[in-house]
Parts: sequence; structure tokens; C-alpha cells
Amino acid sequence: MIALLLRDLRLATRAGGGFGLGLAFFLLMAVLVPLGVGPEPALLARIAPGILWVGALLACLLSLDRIFALDFEDGSLDLLATAPIPLEGVVAVKALAHWLVTGLPLTLLSPVLAVLLNLPGPGYVWLVLSLALGTPALSLIGAFGAALTVGLKRGGLLLSLLVLPLYVPTLIYGAEAVRRGVDGQGALTALLLLAGITAGAAALLPFAGAAAIRVNLR
Amino acid sequence: MGASVSHDLPHCLRLRRPRSLVGSSGCRMDLTITNLACARGGVTVLEGVSLTLAAGRALVLRGPNGIGKTTLLRTVAGLQPAVSGRISPAPESLTYAAHADGLKAALTVRENLAFWAAVHGQRGVDAALKALNLTELQDRPAQQLSAGQKRRLGLARLLVTGRPVWLLDEPTVSLDAASVALFADVLRGHLAKGGAALIATHVDLGLDRAGVLDLTAFRAQGRRAGGGFDEAFA
Amino acid sequence: MSFWEYANPRRFMQTTAGLLPWLAGLSALCLTVGGIWGFFFTPDDFRQGSTVKIIYLHVPSAMMAINAWIMMLVTSLIWLIRRHHVSALSAKAAGPVGLTMTAIALITGALWGQPMWGTWWAWDPRLTSFLILTLFYMGYIALWSAVEDPDTAADLTSVLCIVGSVFAVLSRYAVNFWNQGLHQGASLSLDKEENISDVFYLPLLVCIAGFVLLFVTLVLLGTRTEIRARRLQALLARERMA
Repeated sequence: MIALLLRDLRLATRAGGGFGLGLAFFLLMAVLVPLGVGPEPALLARIAPGILWVGALLACLLSLDRIFALDFEDGSLDLLATAPIPLEGVVAVKALAHWLVTGLPLTLLSPVLAVLLNLPGPGYVWLVLSLALGTPALSLIGAFGAALTVGLKRGGLLLSLLVLPLYVPTLIYGAEAVRRGVDGQGALTALLLLAGITAGAAALLPFAGAAAIRVNLR
Repeated sequence: MGASVSHDLPHCLRLRRPRSLVGSSGCRMDLTITNLACARGGVTVLEGVSLTLAAGRALVLRGPNGIGKTTLLRTVAGLQPAVSGRISPAPESLTYAAHADGLKAALTVRENLAFWAAVHGQRGVDAALKALNLTELQDRPAQQLSAGQKRRLGLARLLVTGRPVWLLDEPTVSLDAASVALFADVLRGHLAKGGAALIATHVDLGLDRAGVLDLTAFRAQGRRAGGGFDEAFA
Repeated sequence: MSFWEYANPRRFMQTTAGLLPWLAGLSALCLTVGGIWGFFFTPDDFRQGSTVKIIYLHVPSAMMAINAWIMMLVTSLIWLIRRHHVSALSAKAAGPVGLTMTAIALITGALWGQPMWGTWWAWDPRLTSFLILTLFYMGYIALWSAVEDPDTAADLTSVLCIVGSVFAVLSRYAVNFWNQGLHQGASLSLDKEENISDVFYLPLLVCIAGFVLLFVTLVLLGTRTEIRARRLQALLARERMA
């Protein structure tokens, strides 16, 4: 399983791996939104938590279809399914690899973009914490969605349609934690609920994802 | 060794397959298929397939295109559920190689092979590279290989799985005469160590102890009632 | 005789063929009676006036929107566990019906909300939950139509339905949490149970029964169509094989 994680990380960082695309998208989002809604600092400060969370979510969405589709096309998924590591483990490791190359960099980049969006001072801690706790859930849910659509020819759009409704609770708790943090209300509840979703997703979705892959391979 | 596994359960509900304790090449392993029926796209294509493949032997599957050679191999490999019948041993003694080699273009030859060795908890990457004459290419990215070289790398993967029963679907596609001979040597070496191989191929590999099974005899009649799948509706 | 006998497609077709006209007639009767009773023979609400009467469409459709998903969840589980094709196909048939019910609930809600709250749409927790439910239905239906092999589609949509159910419930609570402190829920609450009187309640019950019957009729009809389509496919496949 460690071999699989290392391979996926290596593939993502080599040429053509698509690493950084999500980050670039996230950056673009933070630049385009002020251009769209106007430069007024108070307005930007109010919408910054939501924009940053929606941006992270969409940036995450961009690379989801690559989680299994590439391995499906070149036959690796067949071979992994017959390998001694359980398919549930494969799904979990692939989600982890996806998080390491998208969610984690997004989390680390977010304070810089928060400056662009004029996020008030108390929000920074909560922004980084909520993204760090919430983006793993995005990767796990995304891996499940990718497993559902792996055999389809044009799965990309369908994948978004399947995954976005599942992202709702994560988005709500994540953005809410930052908003409450900014307002000085107790953001801890939202943060704990967010962590709960991530933990639950990590415990259950690899099984659902593996079931979907088995169906798609036969 | 190797519990027999019935594939009757719904595929997505089947619990994780039991880990077999024996799996390294060199152990003797018979492959037994009993009264197997398998389906493609909801239609049963083969039925009543029974065969025994003793350790050290190879069996070549013959039959016209579309008869179900790939379907049979995928079913035996555990990638799709059998309509009925039994397969022994369990899928973790088997390894499957098909048209897609599972190679990553961005990784080098050695990295590709080392990955599959690590997944199977095996060593012997160097030996596998040598056996298929890939040692000199080992640091080259897989995307720069020719079709035949890629194929050889895909076949080298079989050696690092350490599994006794090989299921090969047209293994010699895009190989030149010299490479076919090289692969036949590898296969003979595997059989000599007590392995077994079920091969769908139209090429004569020059194996002395290989049986031939023509699948035409097992073509499903398509009128059989029951057995699940779409026949419930007809 | 075991209940599961009806899971045989042929048996199901026989039974429902006789049942369907009765169900359809009964649902038409309930909807007509409930509708006329509710619209013309109940007094106007002292605050809401006659707009309150949209309740006879709004509440039953909203109930069925949720119940349809629960039914899909149950039939999906039955498909995964017992592999009865009829079960999977009835879930497939329920999808569009459920989506329509959700749409009716949202549209009647907007029509009701406009005169009452002065707006067609508010991000009220319930409204938002229903909007999210619409997205779940759309994803479910899209997955059914995207996968070519029927058994694969049934398996994948069942898994999606189960996972989706968990996330739909999570979303419901998340939305409640999210809305806190932005809206005063009470004035916009759609909860009638405490202040509704029998005059309104009885015709509402008739309407709810009508919607339940309508739903069952439509799902049975849809399931029969799906079974016929599958039968056609199976016969064509057999033709090719012969």
C-alpha cells in the first residue's frame, strides 16, 4: 500500500501529472471573484470564507476523474484488483494520495489567497484548520464518485453531478467554521462536526468505493 | 492449499477474499475448474467448462474470436462473477495478464516493475528484467518503449507477482519472433518450477507439455432458462 | 406463499396488471375528492386567506418526495442483498417520480411563499434541504441513464442511493446548523401540526392518501415499462445468440 501511495505521488509530480492545476484554479478563483463583485474591502471580507471554501471544493473536483480513470485505461486497476492488497485499501490510499497533491497544498496556499480576499484577522486560524480537517473528506467522497464513474466514457460531468450534492455538508460546516471564527462566535462546534464527517467518510467510503470498482471491472 | 471459492454471491457483496498462505512461485498448484458458466454483458457465453490443470502444465485455449476466451480468463481471475460453477484455487494464487499491461508511461521500466513487486510483497526485479532482456532499458521511461518492449515489461510483471498460476490473454501480441522465443523460455522455466498457465493464444509457443482446449464445445446455447442475469426476463 | 414470489418478473407483471386500474382509479378519486373538498369547502385561514389552500398540494407532494427516496433506499438494499431485478427496476422507476414530487413541492412552496413571505425563494432550512434533495435525485437518475449494462447500473445506483441517503440526512442537519442565527425559523416555519384544525386536516389526509396511491400507481407503471424493456433486451440478446 505504501508502494501504491509512493507511485501515485510520483506520477502526480512528474511531467503531465497535473499537479498544480488545482492550485492554479484556486488562485484564479481568488483573483476573479473580486473582479466580479467589486473591490470593496468590507464586502470581500464578508464573502471571503465562502469563496475560499467553494474555490477549494471546485479545485478538488478538477482532478477527481483522474483518481481511477488512468489506472482503468492502462489495465492497472484490473491488476490491483487481483493483487494481494484489498481493494478497499486501494481506494483509501488513492484518496490519501489525491489529498496530498490537492487538499494539502490548497490548505497551505489558502492564507495567501485570504489576504487577497481581505479575510479578517481572526479567520486565518479557522480557515487553515477547517480546510485541513475538511479537504480529506472532499478527497474521500471524490474517490467514491470516481469509483462509481470509472467505467464510463464521459464520466467527468456526471462525476460532478454525483459528487457535488455529497459535498454539501462538508462545505456548510467548513465555511461556517470560518465565518463563525471571523465573527468571534464559537467555531469549534462546526470544526468538530467537520472532523466527524471526515472520520466517517474515511471509515465507510473506501468500502463503498471498492464495491463500485468491483462492479465496474466485471 | 487454496480454499475453493464459489463466485455465486453478488460480486459487490462478497467479503474480501481470504488471504492464501501459500503463494510463492515454486510451490505446486493445480487449477481446477468445475462446470463453470460465464457471461459477458449479461449473456451467458460459455457453460459446462470443466478442466484440471496440473502443476507444471500449460493449457492453450483455442476457439474463434468472440467465443469467450477473455471472459473465461477474467472469470477465473476473479474479476467477474461466474454464473455458476467452481474455481479452485482462490484468486490469490492466480495472476492475470491481458492486452493492457498496467504500465505507467511516466515511470521508468524499473520503477514500473518494482511497483508491482512491492504490491505483491516480492523481490526479484533484477531477475525478471534479465529474463525478458530488459536490463539495458531499465532506466528508460515506459513511454519511450516500443510496443513489443512494453509487452515484454508487462510479461516481466508475471515473474514478480510470485503467483503459481498464470492466466494469459494473447501474451504474444506485438512481440517479434525472438521475443516470442524468449517468452516461451520464461514460461518453460515457470512450468518447470511447478507453476501452471492457462493461455489464450493463436501462436504456437513450442511448449512440449501443453494441452489444447477448444472452447467451441462449451458455447452456451442461449436457450437455457434460469441461471440469473437477463434470462429471468426472457 | 412467500412474499418474494412477487419478485419474479412474470409473477409481478401478472399481479400488477390486475391491481393497476384499481390503484389508478382510487388515487384519482382521492385526489378529486380531497382537492374539491380542500379547495372549495374549507374556510379561509384568518391570516393567510385562501392562499392556505395550496397546502393540499404542497404537503402531500413534499411527503412523497422524501418517502420516494426512502422507498428507493429499501429497494436498493433488497437488490444488493437478494438480487431481485424487480426491486432494482422499481427503484429506477421511483427516481423520476420522486424528482417530480420534489419539483411540485418546491414550486407550490414558491407560489405559497410569494404572498405569505413576500418572496419566491428564501434560504429557509426546509427549502434548502429540498433543493439539495433535487440534486440527489438528479445525480441518481443521471447515473442510471449513463451506465449501459443494466445490472451494473442497478449495482452502482444502489450503492449511490445508500451513500446518498447518509449524506442527505447529514445535509439536512448541516442546513439547520447553517441557517441558525440568520433567519428566525419560526415565522417561516412550514410546520402545521400544532395549529391546524380538523376542518383543514381531514381533506389533507384524503389528499395525502391520493398522493400515496398516485405514487404507487406511477411506480408500478414505470416498473412494468422497465421490465418490458429488459424483456425486450433479453429476447434480442437471445435472438443474436441463436
